[in-house]
Amino acid sequence: MSAALRHVFLASLRRRRLATALSLFAIALGVALGLAVQLIHGAALDEFGRGMRLLAGEADLQVFGPRAGFDDAVYAEIAAQAEVADASPVLEIDARLPGRDISLRIFGIDMFRAAHVHPALMPQVDTAARETGPLAALAADALFLSPAARTALGIAPGEMLAVQSGTHALPLRIAGTVPAAGLGQELGVMDIAAAQLLFGRIGRISRIDLRLKSGIDRDAARRSLAALLPAGVEVLTPETAEAQTSALSQAYRVNLTMLAIIALLTGGFLVFSTQLLAVARRRQELAFLRALGLDRAALIRGLLAEGAVVGLTGGLLGIVLAYGLAGLAFNYVGGDLGAGYFRGLRPALRFDLRPSVAYVLLGVLAGVAGAWLPAREAARMNPARALRAGDEAEVFQSRPRAYLTPACLALATLLCFLPPLGGVPIFGYAAVAFLLAGAVLALPTLVQLSMGFLDGTRDVLWMLARARLAAAPGQAVVAAAGVVASVALAVAMAIMVSSFRHSVDGWLESILPADLYLSASPAATSGFLAPEMQEQVASLPGIAAIRPVRFDTLRLDTERFPVTLIARPVDGGAALPLVGATVTADSPDAAPSAWISEAMADLFAVKVGDVLQLPISGRRVAFHVAGIWRDYARQHGAVVIELADYRALTGDFNANDLAIWLADGAEPDTVAQAIRNALGDDTIKIASPGDIRAISLAIFDRTFLVTYLMEAVAILIGLFGVSTSFAGLATARRKEFGMLRHLGLTRGEIGRLLTVEGALTAAVGTAVGMVAGGAIALVLVEVINRQSFHWSMDIRLPLAGLVIFAGALVLLAALAARLSGHQAMRQSAVLAVREDW
Amino acid sequence: MLDIVGLTKGYEGGAGHPLFTGVSLHLERGECIAIMGESGVGKSTLLNCIAGLEPVDEGSIRLAGAELTTLDDNAFARLRRQHYGFVFQAFHILPHLTVVQNVALPLWLLDRPGREAENLARAMLDRVGLLARADDWPRHLSGGELQRIAIARALVHRPTLVLADEPTGNLDPERAIGVLDLLLECIRDAGAVGIIVTHSRAAAARADRILRLSAHGLDTEVSRP
Repeated sequence: MSAALRHVFLASLRRRRLATALSLFAIALGVALGLAVQLIHGAALDEFGRGMRLLAGEADLQVFGPRAGFDDAVYAEIAAQAEVADASPVLEIDARLPGRDISLRIFGIDMFRAAHVHPALMPQVDTAARETGPLAALAADALFLSPAARTALGIAPGEMLAVQSGTHALPLRIAGTVPAAGLGQELGVMDIAAAQLLFGRIGRISRIDLRLKSGIDRDAARRSLAALLPAGVEVLTPETAEAQTSALSQAYRVNLTMLAIIALLTGGFLVFSTQLLAVARRRQELAFLRALGLDRAALIRGLLAEGAVVGLTGGLLGIVLAYGLAGLAFNYVGGDLGAGYFRGLRPALRFDLRPSVAYVLLGVLAGVAGAWLPAREAARMNPARALRAGDEAEVFQSRPRAYLTPACLALATLLCFLPPLGGVPIFGYAAVAFLLAGAVLALPTLVQLSMGFLDGTRDVLWMLARARLAAAPGQAVVAAAGVVASVALAVAMAIMVSSFRHSVDGWLESILPADLYLSASPAATSGFLAPEMQEQVASLPGIAAIRPVRFDTLRLDTERFPVTLIARPVDGGAALPLVGATVTADSPDAAPSAWISEAMADLFAVKVGDVLQLPISGRRVAFHVAGIWRDYARQHGAVVIELADYRALTGDFNANDLAIWLADGAEPDTVAQAIRNALGDDTIKIASPGDIRAISLAIFDRTFLVTYLMEAVAILIGLFGVSTSFAGLATARRKEFGMLRHLGLTRGEIGRLLTVEGALTAAVGTAVGMVAGGAIALVLVEVINRQSFHWSMDIRLPLAGLVIFAGALVLLAALAARLSGHQAMRQSAVLAVREDW
Repeated sequence: MLDIVGLTKGYEGGAGHPLFTGVSLHLERGECIAIMGESGVGKSTLLNCIAGLEPVDEGSIRLAGAELTTLDDNAFARLRRQHYGFVFQAFHILPHLTVVQNVALPLWLLDRPGREAENLARAMLDRVGLLARADDWPRHLSGGELQRIAIARALVHRPTLVLADEPTGNLDPERAIGVLDLLLECIRDAGAVGIIVTHSRAAAARADRILRLSAHGLDTEVSRP
């Protein structure tokens, strides 16, 4: 068999170089995209996990509170517990750097305690700074930067770095480094007391890292310590804390991986097309081998080996491409592919054996799966009949059982109602796969039906094309399967992205009703506006009204990432982009109202009318859920409460942002300048709603860059499919064309015949693909997005774009068919009919 | 009707090495000839040259007085559509057209109205004894039936010239004679000219004349079986 395998089967791949190369390329692309996404996110997650472990150090347990911190009296109580060997308090500040667009994570640590719990955070004082005395590290203005932060900020030891507290820029001296932080983590370390003073957080800490005494059971200790903590402060294992944060980007990663797998699937379709054509063309050769004594199993093995070789070579090529792509992405887009999950990390690309091998195997699987049906078809043929003329057409006459399409569609519908598994919408993806399969299986029937509409045509080329497609619908499957898959994917993504973008745009418009927005702490950093600053802004000429906004985080349980608390005037919910029903409190004595985001409603299973306990200021406060609002900014959940309620509960009158309404006739630019003059230029950011919208949509588009790229690849693969199929079909049908030339068809007319067939096939494929794409878009929006990111969106069909896309695709497919058939048209008609069958 | 004078054809790519030279032939309306010769002597090539599917190196081919060797590819294709009929050894019936559609194909190419084309095709199928199979798919037919369909297709548009290359090569001897007789009868009835290339002496014997092709031209076969 090995000689036969080499000379008969594998050598056939060499004979059809173009088709083999295209199938191989499609598989390589699928593998490359999938693995690149995996590598990029893997490296980013590795670095992220390393950072988390670095910060956790030797800690067995970690106590976390809200971003605003919690009372440091908790530290004293926890440290005194019998189970605790060492306790190290940490104040974590995301420090805004005035005049720069980046922020710096600064860890305020107790140098004496930290040495035992997280030695990697221990700073090393520079020689120059050491001269200031033995306690140089504890100096109020001493900041130590990790090597990565030094590089990113371009700052040398001894130089000053301004950090922002409130609306003040405060200079810190770079007193040394944090050598153990490594090259991947951008962070700074300073003394905790200095940090509390500097950032106005006296008496507050954000974390306590604990080492337990030896022999203490960690879970038992966790339970007993939890009982001592105030509301909103939780004790977690370092692994849980890491898992909670990395789970945030999981949905995004899974979505991209699924897109890559669909690209791989399209590659598999291409292998299917080319193998089926090859089997049709080599039917006599294979029949002859069967006559010589090759058994069915060996024939199947040989043909599957062809698919496996294409898959393996494509897979290996894909690996090389993947590392190239990942390298480019790290340089130009970042470790989160532009989605913004891993700021402040510098992940490095390295060879990762396990996913590389897995993706090569996926490539082989795509190749073998694509070759499976053609191999079975070849094994089923009757060698005696196949040795006769005209039998090759039988390959294309097979029709699927009619019940398969509705069965696939019914199953897909059913799968849409199932919940996610471990936060991943597995059943939603399965529904997409069944929708695609149903669409491809419906092709033969739909081709026959649609050819019926052309029955009245008088043009002989149309008649021939129509007859061919109606009588051999298998041909349409071969040529159009790739078109259906790629069009469905592209259309689904186009509808989803268009709906998403449209909804985000509408959402931005509804959450940005003011004329100007002032932010002292973009991305929740260390800036804030003290009450006197707010009053100062409100009293500036040209300003009619201001509305302050305050942000914090709330830990509702130990299982999930904290939700964002937004305190702002909401006019009883009227100022929010609400979805669904709302309720109002029955009496003035009722609990205050809270409006939760869709993500929070999903993640914490809360609905309108429920009572929600929010841990604010160390105690649980009951809120009445008055409505659910749409939030595209925080997939981990957010809750809005009235600013007045927040201030009454916390006594915190600071604000992070201000929404500003201008007086009639006031010029936004003039007012913005007046604010800058009053508060300083570097410590605040002022933007118009238009600016924020433009920037947000630019970020949106950058996030979907990878998606657009994959769409383009899918379309390219689909066109390759038409091209290879028609090249193969034209070769398989050269005797037919030879006969037609004898009957008086010119070369040009044969070319037009192929063009018409290509256009008809692509038209049916595109139509089916568009319907399937619409259905898949619905699954993406209503099931996959909802389960992955927990936000809803309004479906919007980019109709004009889709019509232009469909038209262009049919034209391109017709052109591809014509060009691919060129070789066959050139082949002497004489030779073709003279071949003895 | 058909006049061939001094036709010369070289091997493709074999500069200066002729396949055959000086082939001359004159055929009258209703006349059918058989061309025999050793394998590789160029019998099929001669048919292809007459059909304009291969260029000739020298000589003239005139059909009903019109010179054909000067026609370009497209003009020859249109001429074939109107005036030529072909019968092949391997039948070449299109599997995706029904029997009657296969026969009507040359009429479609001539833009004959659909109803008229179908009626003529059915009449032709009746002529070859296959009217009952008119709406069947070709895959359900035997080799002999397929060749009779090919004959119907070759003659349905009343061509001036019918070229048949080993028309009985894929048939058993008994069926071969029946098919050949039918072909010759149809050609004669239509008043066309027929040229049949064959290796079979029995088949050749049904023609009006037998010619032997050699590298030096066509010679009349002296000994009739």
